[in-house]
Amino acid sequence: MKIRHLALAASVAAAGLASALVPAVAQAQAKEQFFPVLVYRTGAYAPNGVPWANGFVDYIKLTNARGGINGVKISFEECETGYATDRGVECYERLKGKNGGATMFQPLSTGITFALTEKAPADKIPLITSGYGRSESQDGGVFKWNFPIAGTYWVAGDIIVQDIAKKEGGMDKLKGKHIALVYHDSPFGKEAIPIMQERAAMLGYKLTLLPVTHPGVEQKSTWLQIRRDRPDYVVNWGWGVMNSTLVKEAQATGYPREKIYGVWWAGAEPDVKDIGEGAKGYNAITMQHGAEPNAAFVKEILAKVHDKGQGTGPKDEVGSVLYVRGAMSAMFAVEGVRRAQERFGKGKVMTGEQVRWGLENLDLTQAKLDSLGFKGVMRPVSTSCQDHMGANWGRIHTWDGKKWNFTSDWYQADEQIIKPMVKAAADKYAAEKKINRRTPQDCQS
Amino acid sequence: MFYRENGQFKTSYRADQQIFPITQDRIAILAIVAFAAVGVPLLVDEYLYRAILIPFLILSLAALGVNILVGYCGQISLGSGAFMAVGAYMAYNTYIRVDGMPLIVALLSGGFFATLVGMVFGIPSLRVKGLYLAVATLAAQFFCDWAFLRVGWFTNNNASGSVSVSDLTVLGWTINTPMDKYLFCLGFLLVFGLLAKNLVRSAIGREWMAIRDMDVAAAVIGIRPMYAKLSAFAVSSFIVGVAGALWGFIHLGSWEPAAFSIDRSFQLLFMVIIGGMGSIMGSFFGAGFIVVLPIFLNQVLPAVGELFGVTISTATVSHAEYMVFGSLIVWFLIVEPHGLAKLWSVGKQKLRLWPFPH
Amino acid sequence: MAFFLETLFGGLMAGMLYSLVALGFVLIFKASGVFNFAQGAMVLVAALAMARFSEWFPMWFGFENMFLANLLAFAAATVFMFLLAWLIERLVLRHLVNQEGVTLLMATLGITYFIDGFGQTIFGSDIYKIDVGMPKEPIFVLDSIFEGGVLVNQEDVVAAVIAALLVAALSLFFQKTATGRALRAVADDHQAAQSIGIPLNRIWVIVWCVAGITALVAGIIWGSKLGVQFSLTTVALRALPVIILGGLTSVPGAIIGGLIIGVGEKLSEVYLGPLVGGGIEIWFAYMLALVFLLFRPQGLFGEKIIDRV
Repeated sequence: MKIRHLALAASVAAAGLASALVPAVAQAQAKEQFFPVLVYRTGAYAPNGVPWANGFVDYIKLTNARGGINGVKISFEECETGYATDRGVECYERLKGKNGGATMFQPLSTGITFALTEKAPADKIPLITSGYGRSESQDGGVFKWNFPIAGTYWVAGDIIVQDIAKKEGGMDKLKGKHIALVYHDSPFGKEAIPIMQERAAMLGYKLTLLPVTHPGVEQKSTWLQIRRDRPDYVVNWGWGVMNSTLVKEAQATGYPREKIYGVWWAGAEPDVKDIGEGAKGYNAITMQHGAEPNAAFVKEILAKVHDKGQGTGPKDEVGSVLYVRGAMSAMFAVEGVRRAQERFGKGKVMTGEQVRWGLENLDLTQAKLDSLGFKGVMRPVSTSCQDHMGANWGRIHTWDGKKWNFTSDWYQADEQIIKPMVKAAADKYAAEKKINRRTPQDCQS
Repeated sequence: MFYRENGQFKTSYRADQQIFPITQDRIAILAIVAFAAVGVPLLVDEYLYRAILIPFLILSLAALGVNILVGYCGQISLGSGAFMAVGAYMAYNTYIRVDGMPLIVALLSGGFFATLVGMVFGIPSLRVKGLYLAVATLAAQFFCDWAFLRVGWFTNNNASGSVSVSDLTVLGWTINTPMDKYLFCLGFLLVFGLLAKNLVRSAIGREWMAIRDMDVAAAVIGIRPMYAKLSAFAVSSFIVGVAGALWGFIHLGSWEPAAFSIDRSFQLLFMVIIGGMGSIMGSFFGAGFIVVLPIFLNQVLPAVGELFGVTISTATVSHAEYMVFGSLIVWFLIVEPHGLAKLWSVGKQKLRLWPFPH
Repeated sequence: MAFFLETLFGGLMAGMLYSLVALGFVLIFKASGVFNFAQGAMVLVAALAMARFSEWFPMWFGFENMFLANLLAFAAATVFMFLLAWLIERLVLRHLVNQEGVTLLMATLGITYFIDGFGQTIFGSDIYKIDVGMPKEPIFVLDSIFEGGVLVNQEDVVAAVIAALLVAALSLFFQKTATGRALRAVADDHQAAQSIGIPLNRIWVIVWCVAGITALVAGIIWGSKLGVQFSLTTVALRALPVIILGGLTSVPGAIIGGLIIGVGEKLSEVYLGPLVGGGIEIWFAYMLALVFLLFRPQGLFGEKIIDRV
């Protein structure tokens, strides 16, 4: 009994002491632009989430080292979501009002994006979902607060099909071919299905859908089926551990890796590094950039951040595919703020609504991108009220056993196909939510 | 001194059989309910609503349901996440597909369908016992995970499989601010809590407890095991289903099947065990503990780290959360295997004697 | 026909891999009556230890030989698992003697969370490689009978052989050594064993150590196949239908259950899956186990639960 008394008293005392230690609400630092950073450094998707997070944070540090955004420094705080929607929502709620208000959110998870799409408009905070999220959120007329800058899943799917067609010798040669889509059984993976089906209807290839249950380590049956059906190409729409498992299973069943195409979240070093030579020939689409160890901004980060001991994460990770993706995502946010400052006051801290306008009127010319250090990495991005994506370029890169090399020219997704799909899906969303398309006056605000 | 029954005489059977026979208890409960309904909205800010109070209310409801099955009837079930999912998705379908469906009816219909599913997956309990049953109920969990991802009808043929609801109104009252949501959930919790408390004190509740304690003996004295076990599954799944519908509609707003995964089932079971099996009060304690703990750790650990001058990365905080969570669970089970409810009742006993030691 | 054989072989191999994990569960349940939900976490942490030590030892001691690194890493990982087993027995099990099954289950769940966090803190959350020289390319057999041959995954065959060897070693251990006899006595009846002087606490430590080694072997094999990462813990969920089908207290049950579940899963996914859109493996395994349970509520080889009123 005594032990129990002691234990009870101890726990009450500890709780009391601990709550006293919790710091008081941080004083509103209205002099700094606050960037919340939703990341996952633990869990089944950590190997891919960590480099992205490191790139994102390093770019913020670089921006501060460059003098901030017209003198306004960026403060940031990381929040661990573990790729789980409810934790993402909790992070959102906790950080949205902190330090003067969150500038924008980048959930890095399609599931969390869906949940925050409902909440962000009410809180007037824009969501940047570069390369993921709802493909129809490209339509700014319905999705006022979503910005899938530089790429959506339908763009990725279309470019993959274009490259396959090129390998086969032309779009008409795809008729009668067989493409298998191995996708992560989640909203992220399912986003691939509409574009692949649309293209199948247009070009006449047979599409087989093979779902893989989260987290994706069990793919034996999937590959047994692939062995039976012998599709001409396999498209990998996976994330995290699913990717390396897929390539390993392909090796174990002898499927030629050259015939496998991964989406831009399935083509990075963590997915193939351990397999090395066994993954040679594996292709993936890139969202404009690939592994960029020689980019100017990478060198600048190494000099201004890592050499000063401020680097987030290991030095040899700088310049890897997902690292650059994270840095690019941060760059879009920074440029959105900068653009907003051009209209609402240079050198001032911007609110979420102002940044939203900035993101909607981004005009990153090649000259500007080069000056930021993205020469040779990116093509111009220009958003508008109706088009929140701003660019639809991509390339294919291939693993040679040691690193990723670009193996194609620049492709552009076919807007003739994607625009109607986007409009239809956006209209459906608007009808469901009973919201009207934005008026032209609203676009000017 | 204050908490005693002196002078409280019951003059009718009805009075004797009240839920809270002691006047002080009645007053305390009414005070708590009044504070929850009136005091909390005056004191609390938005974050506390969204992150702590609303999840607490909804998960207490779910824990209540699970406690009825696991604590009162003794059937270990690891499929509660699936029943929450059924509740959420069927409520969504009823709400979307039937024009002008009132919100409360939709939520209750979610519970109704969860009941059907619960009874189907409860059938193995007639043959299988103990840990075998626990693993068998995982079949429900994985089947539902798959069904909501694969069968398009459940998600209104949404390409991505993610559904969302908005514009919730009850008799003209729009539920959009956190306070509205809080009060709505509080209403459900109070009603269901009262129903559950009365159920477990009734004949059917006693049948459940008999099955839990010694099901062979119960069968010998005439309690039909099939009726008792399936009714436990039914009632439990109904409550869990309604909680799931509330979780999806009110707390998340937009959800996918992963929101009701096996981790949710484990979480509910934790709440029941930590709170106290076979105790209505225990469900609330357990839910409170499990909801608050991660957030508490998330705030405190970096602060403690700063005290020692160490900046802890989010990954380390996350890992430390896991470790502390796991050790606390184990420590709790060692110190008080009957859960927080037992501590509460021991406390009340001490209070009756206070200020005397014995 | 060739493809059916391939699927069958694939299923049998997968089943053996599940049995490896299931063995750990069965060993602990047999000897101490605890359903160790932490087995999955133990597999993960054992694999992490192996992977990281095999990476660190060459760095720390400056040698290049992969074989030596793996050997030392195996030894270090074994010591690590023994330490873990001892700590678990000391800090948790000793205080929870005689509690109900559900409480013990929840305690092992708590241990799972702890080991997850602890393992990742020490060893990291990236994907790590275990390279014990397993062959990665497939081989084709029965060329003469079937055109193109039947594909057999070499790594899986090696894994199945190792699993069989492990089971044989465990059987020898249980039947022929004094400690093994003591373990069987404890599994039979705790109180009787205690009354003849068998030290229960030490036996439990030994059982958890043996389960730890089983987890290490399972971890090495799974880790070599898939890479060592947090998601390895989900392997335990695949092994649960194996245990309930085979019986919680039976080692041969774990093997046979594994084979049945493995074959059932793969056949169902390949032949029934496309009819309903795919992804049915996991719940099909549980449904299959459930069907068996309806006929034999304690699994195929499990001990009958006898209720006395």
